[in-house]
Amino acid sequence: MSEPSPVAGVVDTAEAVRAGEQRAEDVVAQHVARAKARADLNALLHLDEERALSAARAVDERRARGEALGALAGVPVVLKDNLCLDGVPTTCASRILEGYRPPYNADCVERLIAEDAVIIAKANMDEFAMGSSNENSAFGPVKNPWDLTRAPGGSSGGSAAATAAGIGAVALGSDTGGSVRQPGAFCGVVAIKPTYGRLSRYGLIAFASSLDQVGTMTRDVRDGARVLRVLAGHDKRDATSAVEPVPDYEAACAAPVSGLRVGVLRAALDQVEDPDVRAAFSAAEQSLRDAGCDIVDIELPHAHHGVSVYYLVATAEASSNLARFDGMRFGLRVTGDDLLSTYERTRAQGFGPEVKRRIMLGTYALSSGYYDAFYIKAQKVRTLMVQDYQRAFERCDAVLSPTAPTPAFGLGEKTGDPLAMYLADIFTLPPSLAGLPAMHVPVGLGQASGLPVGVQVTTPAFTEVRMLQLAAALEARSGYVCAPPALFGGAG
Amino acid sequence: MDDGKISSEQVRHVARLARLQLDDVEVEALRGQLDAILGYVAALDAVDVTALLPSFHAIPILSPLREDVATPGLTRERALAAAPASDGEGFAVPKVLEGA
Repeated sequence: MSEPSPVAGVVDTAEAVRAGEQRAEDVVAQHVARAKARADLNALLHLDEERALSAARAVDERRARGEALGALAGVPVVLKDNLCLDGVPTTCASRILEGYRPPYNADCVERLIAEDAVIIAKANMDEFAMGSSNENSAFGPVKNPWDLTRAPGGSSGGSAAATAAGIGAVALGSDTGGSVRQPGAFCGVVAIKPTYGRLSRYGLIAFASSLDQVGTMTRDVRDGARVLRVLAGHDKRDATSAVEPVPDYEAACAAPVSGLRVGVLRAALDQVEDPDVRAAFSAAEQSLRDAGCDIVDIELPHAHHGVSVYYLVATAEASSNLARFDGMRFGLRVTGDDLLSTYERTRAQGFGPEVKRRIMLGTYALSSGYYDAFYIKAQKVRTLMVQDYQRAFERCDAVLSPTAPTPAFGLGEKTGDPLAMYLADIFTLPPSLAGLPAMHVPVGLGQASGLPVGVQVTTPAFTEVRMLQLAAALEARSGYVCAPPALFGGAG
Repeated sequence: MDDGKISSEQVRHVARLARLQLDDVEVEALRGQLDAILGYVAALDAVDVTALLPSFHAIPILSPLREDVATPGLTRERALAAAPASDGEGFAVPKVLEGA
């Protein structure tokens, strides 16, 4: 069984605050102090100490008055900077939104606050969530807490690095093609992307609307389960949020997994070269076998088209969504000779190179003469990928795969080659395109790299219970503790 | 122009559609990068999609209707607070029509 993490997580913090063993203000002060001490990670874009401490004091006062506290009492939260927090800078790590303060809270934020959580900071990210290394931030890259010369992954790199460094008990990220799971893998934290529609995206600044989903990053599985239960559910302000019952995800973490059929993509695995990723996968497979699962070999015959389909569909949707950043209603305006040149100059100065590249690709894929050949073709191949999973889930209850093809790569290693960077998402894209719940579970440190490694668990739509059940079993048998030696000393 | 999939003139055309001002260096860099990406996605050409419908959403979206009840919205002051320019009543924008 695992040693406890050096910094208390969601469940332990909430229970201690509810029981009066700890004051929310003290908890928040400790996390703020750690955030300041670890400014070198560049994980945060905005730390609002006064606001956080005052929110924490309000929680303590409510307890003092004898009021019952919520499921996240005093739990410090870090928000990715594409989630709106009323009156607090929300930039998507872009110059075009520098200084923007939204006039409302995201639905996720409202739900967290209603359960007495305390938002402490906004996290750095790839600009508009476009990237796999957090090197596309207009405010500088984030460093990986396990090795400061390496990337934290992306696009939720700041959220992942903060969680690994013990800043916040949970960070929210967003996941369009792997943007919580891949940084979760690079930083050794549990990262959940729920089913498309499981929770509301009201107040999440849109990147690709048929794929975007808010996800959680925590230091253990049970913590993620508790937060997911708070976030899940229908919101009338987001027509894509599903009217589905919200089960007790936390209870699922204790349920036995024996008899579950776990599908393994044997052919895809053979193409993974990294020894640590291969070893982590074999260990995870064996531990599920030991826990009584049946391992079955499966195939997703069209999964290898995931990168192509994703980079056509997501960029097309992004080119449309990002049209709203035109310098008229919010953010940067660079005045030109007329309206058109004002648009063009504002967007030229406001967007970074990767965002421009994706807007260009998406505009091209949607433009007259290419729409059917690129955009519609990609959406049809996506149908084949959805059908692949439907067939696979006739033979298994969950799919086990690597999350990323390598452990964290070095900062600067892939910035010169956009296509090579896109291939970092090869395992996370298929579940996203099929709308399925998928999560990263760390299982240990690689022997060759010394860096965190883990696996991805994917299950059918709205079966997060089963996904968490398997994740908790993997975690319990791994003995992994999230304690980067560079920050916490020793071997963890 | 070389034998790539996309020409510099096409890049400029797409940039105009996307409302992005690009300099010559950016045009050339994007031409090469878009070429490489379009070359990669050309693998989709070989996939037979006869009789398949596109998946605009991967799972069915019910889009339930909410009750037709008025709810409070943003005040004008808050809605305009983040505007680069405003006259206190609306967003101030550059002239749209000639001679207006």
